[in-house]
Amino acid sequence: MSATTEAAPARPFLARYRTEASPVQIVAALLVAAFLLAFLIVPVGRVFMVAFQAGDGAFTLVHFADFFRTSLFIESFWNSLYVASMSVVFASLIAVPLAVMLARYRFPGTALITTLGVLPLVMPPFVGAVAMQLVFGRNGTVNLLLMDWFGFRLDLMDGLNGVIFVQSLHYFPFILMNLTASLSNVDISMEEAGQNLGAKNFTLLRRIVLPLALPGYLAGASLVFVKVFDDLATPLMLNVTNMLAPQAYLRVTSVGLADPMGYVISVILVVVSVAAMGLAALLLRGRDYATQQRGGGGLGRRELSRRGLILCWCFVVPVLFLVLAPHIGILLLSFGTIWSFSPLPDGLTLEHYGTVLRETPQFITNTLLYCGLAGLIDVVIGVTIAWLVLRTKLPGRKLLDLAAMSALAVPGLVLGIGILRTYFDVKLWDGASLATSWIMLTIVLAVRRLPYALRASTAALQQVHRSLEEAAENMGAGKVTTLRRIVVPLMAGGLAAAFVTSFATAAVELSATLVLATRDVDAPLSFGIYLFMQSASGRGPGAALGVIAVLVVAICTFAAHRFAERERGRRTRSSDPRAA
Amino acid sequence: MNHAATSRRGLMAGGAALGIASMMGHAAAQTALESRVVIVTSFSRDVTTPFVQAFEAAHPGTRVEVQNRNTTAAVAFIRETRSSPPDLMWASAPDAFEVLKAGNLLARPQIDTSGIPDRIGGQPTHDADGRYFGFAVSGYGIMYNTRYIRANRLPAPREWADLKNPVYQNHIGISAPSRSGTTHLTIETILQGEGWAPGWAQLLEIAGNYAQVSDRSFGVPDAVNSGQYGIGIVIDFFGLSAKASGFPVEFVYPTVTTLVPANIGMIEGASNPNAARAFVQFLLSPEGQAVLLNPRVMRLPVRPEAYANAPADFPNPFTNPNLGARVRFDSGVSESRYELLNSLFDRLITFRLRELTEAWKAVHAAEAALSRRENAEGRRLVAEARAKLTAVPVNEAQASDPAIAGAFRATRPDRPAAGRQAEYEEQWDRYAVATYAEAKQLAERAQRAR
Repeated sequence: MSATTEAAPARPFLARYRTEASPVQIVAALLVAAFLLAFLIVPVGRVFMVAFQAGDGAFTLVHFADFFRTSLFIESFWNSLYVASMSVVFASLIAVPLAVMLARYRFPGTALITTLGVLPLVMPPFVGAVAMQLVFGRNGTVNLLLMDWFGFRLDLMDGLNGVIFVQSLHYFPFILMNLTASLSNVDISMEEAGQNLGAKNFTLLRRIVLPLALPGYLAGASLVFVKVFDDLATPLMLNVTNMLAPQAYLRVTSVGLADPMGYVISVILVVVSVAAMGLAALLLRGRDYATQQRGGGGLGRRELSRRGLILCWCFVVPVLFLVLAPHIGILLLSFGTIWSFSPLPDGLTLEHYGTVLRETPQFITNTLLYCGLAGLIDVVIGVTIAWLVLRTKLPGRKLLDLAAMSALAVPGLVLGIGILRTYFDVKLWDGASLATSWIMLTIVLAVRRLPYALRASTAALQQVHRSLEEAAENMGAGKVTTLRRIVVPLMAGGLAAAFVTSFATAAVELSATLVLATRDVDAPLSFGIYLFMQSASGRGPGAALGVIAVLVVAICTFAAHRFAERERGRRTRSSDPRAA
Repeated sequence: MNHAATSRRGLMAGGAALGIASMMGHAAAQTALESRVVIVTSFSRDVTTPFVQAFEAAHPGTRVEVQNRNTTAAVAFIRETRSSPPDLMWASAPDAFEVLKAGNLLARPQIDTSGIPDRIGGQPTHDADGRYFGFAVSGYGIMYNTRYIRANRLPAPREWADLKNPVYQNHIGISAPSRSGTTHLTIETILQGEGWAPGWAQLLEIAGNYAQVSDRSFGVPDAVNSGQYGIGIVIDFFGLSAKASGFPVEFVYPTVTTLVPANIGMIEGASNPNAARAFVQFLLSPEGQAVLLNPRVMRLPVRPEAYANAPADFPNPFTNPNLGARVRFDSGVSESRYELLNSLFDRLITFRLRELTEAWKAVHAAEAALSRRENAEGRRLVAEARAKLTAVPVNEAQASDPAIAGAFRATRPDRPAAGRQAEYEEQWDRYAVATYAEAKQLAERAQRAR
């Protein structure tokens, strides 16, 4: 806060204070800061302290020295970096063409792509890997058929390449969603200006459209990088242990909570992830991506030539098959009786769904409640932070953004343990502990998914030009009114994307849930699936619950998408008086 | 199974008729059960749900709340929640109960254990101080997928030593002992049964055939059930329940196995002591023991009479004296090197599996070549490669030496730190990488020798 004193030394203190930070801004910033401090920084800090503590509690760096002396950890570090980078490359190869197709062409499969493009995200992580094993594994459906017909098999699921394969398919929607949102906000007038200057198809795409969509792409790509870098479930399911996140997890859970190395790795995960996000921000620095005119409704969609159409379908269909493979696998598993060393299950049954619905209907309602609330909290906090960062000069606002984003780099397990340590002794009215209550679970889900909502909100707000707000302010609207009447409506599409990403990914969160959900009755779907999957006598019921989870989230996502489309349609058709 | 309509009093009367000491019957009958009982368990839903349903049917006023955690997490949870702990801890690993007992976290409820033998397969069934109780026993063995075995024309394995056969290359799976308490016990049993150095030699040679080292206990039965790989080293009920549920799998006990009790214990300061006690008593009662034979549970009961209703080829430690008799499991030795063993296995096998399997592949290829065309130099080289691949960088005395093993434990004020874990691990990792590379080179030279 002391930085303000240098900013404008000529003016009296109070006057400066008033112009640079309104009370509303300060209150908003303090509220957000308090939330982050209470539920992210303090709990994680308590856990992180271990990394810097010697056996007697004194400060030490010896554990970090140990890390850099250990060849396994160094190797894991490079492996993680490699896998994360390659996943971004492959995810981009899938997502960028799809996004361009969606935004620029009248393609008959548009709605299909949008909905299917979200589906991988709603696949609970380890369920996805289970299903991928069934379809692409060494004796999965594809390989058994290949062996029968051609006598060879594809080792798609082995080692680091397997992780890259699964991660690219799982996380490409981050790029797709952010890029699509970005592209649809690129104003048609920009393109028309380019055309007037004589630019043709590809030049137009390269010089005008893609650069303008860069914030969205970078937001998505950095998310993919960080998610893959920190991801635990996929490497674990594929039994790849020489990566950083699995090493941290294995250390914390098998050597014990007192082992410092797990925490050292956690600190390093945080540092690398923050660096990656920082790099993305650095690439965008000094460029203005906002466009003044709103209401153009995105790029002009053009007809595809016959050849173009065929080309598009040739790309979309195989991608859709890859994306849907885990869903098909899990669907078969949920309806199958015995599925063992054969391309398809031996028979079909409805029994697994019966078991699940009879024994545990509460999982579904719990998920809707917790994740819906978590998504709402995320959108509110995400927009607030984005607004503080982009539209105010409040000192320390970048710090808020950084703190919120750091949640991305905190392994859920670590956050869960921190919360347990910090809040276990806080009792609720009925004597139960706050740490293990559903309220805390909701808050933790919100904290963990806040970065998604924040990036989506930031990208959305970056594209609303400052002058629109200034216009409103010239008309006499206050900051809050401007925010409510101008900024938020203009960001509706981005906000819906923010909510959907938070909600859908929260619904499949497992690592923190595993630590905090203690009672069946309070547990969400992902925990239920985990419970049902722990079985040597068949994973049918777990798969059935997985299918239900995918359906629930898909329906909600579709609804949010429809809402966003309708909002946009409304804005573009009527010349909205509010925006004038 | 007539418990559906029986009241608590009715069950108690039945229990008395079956030989439960009258003192216990009175004590329990006089105090009403609380409305709920909270259990922390490492068991899956498959195991807990049938017991919970049966218990709730027998005690209609009491609801059972199950909290699933893996064993390590459960122990940590009970420690962290000392102020308002769960009522019961219900898990396989006896060592977890020893840890809880040492930390004064286990209560000493009055439980009637008459009719249950004190020892099964050479192991004591219950804790001598009455702080935890065995309700079932488990042995370790080999589970295999019959379709997979037939399709790949593999012989069915019977003994641990069979798994060394090169035909099983890339067909065997196991979970890491650091991740699965049951695998840890399997490894410890092999090491105690065969001796430290020969045991490691065997483990490392079997590891040459691993397709995967899974990080979850359930990863192995899942993979064998679905045929991702054909053979798994697992605890008996994984194989038995998979088979009972219809999967084309078989389970065999090798001669070197041990029967270890799965336990339940009441937590000190439990807020529902009467219901907790009733649950323990129910597990040990004939009704509770019958639930063990549910197709999804399939664990070996501790009451001999429960085996009357078991399926035809169900293993019975009371009639088969060989089962688990070969190894006297020494839990003192096990405890002294618990963390070290986990870490050593991970360094030598889990994290360096690719290097290890490639080296063994080269050895097998060289041996196949030599058997077609004998060559003394080749034999010498391959023997040297074998010696390298079956050696372990820590000897038995070092493994239990507090000066070394102590480095792998959480430091406590009363236990001064002995060296740093990270240093030993780095040393072993370097050893593994270098040794496996050398062995691979030796084997490749052996193959070319003429």
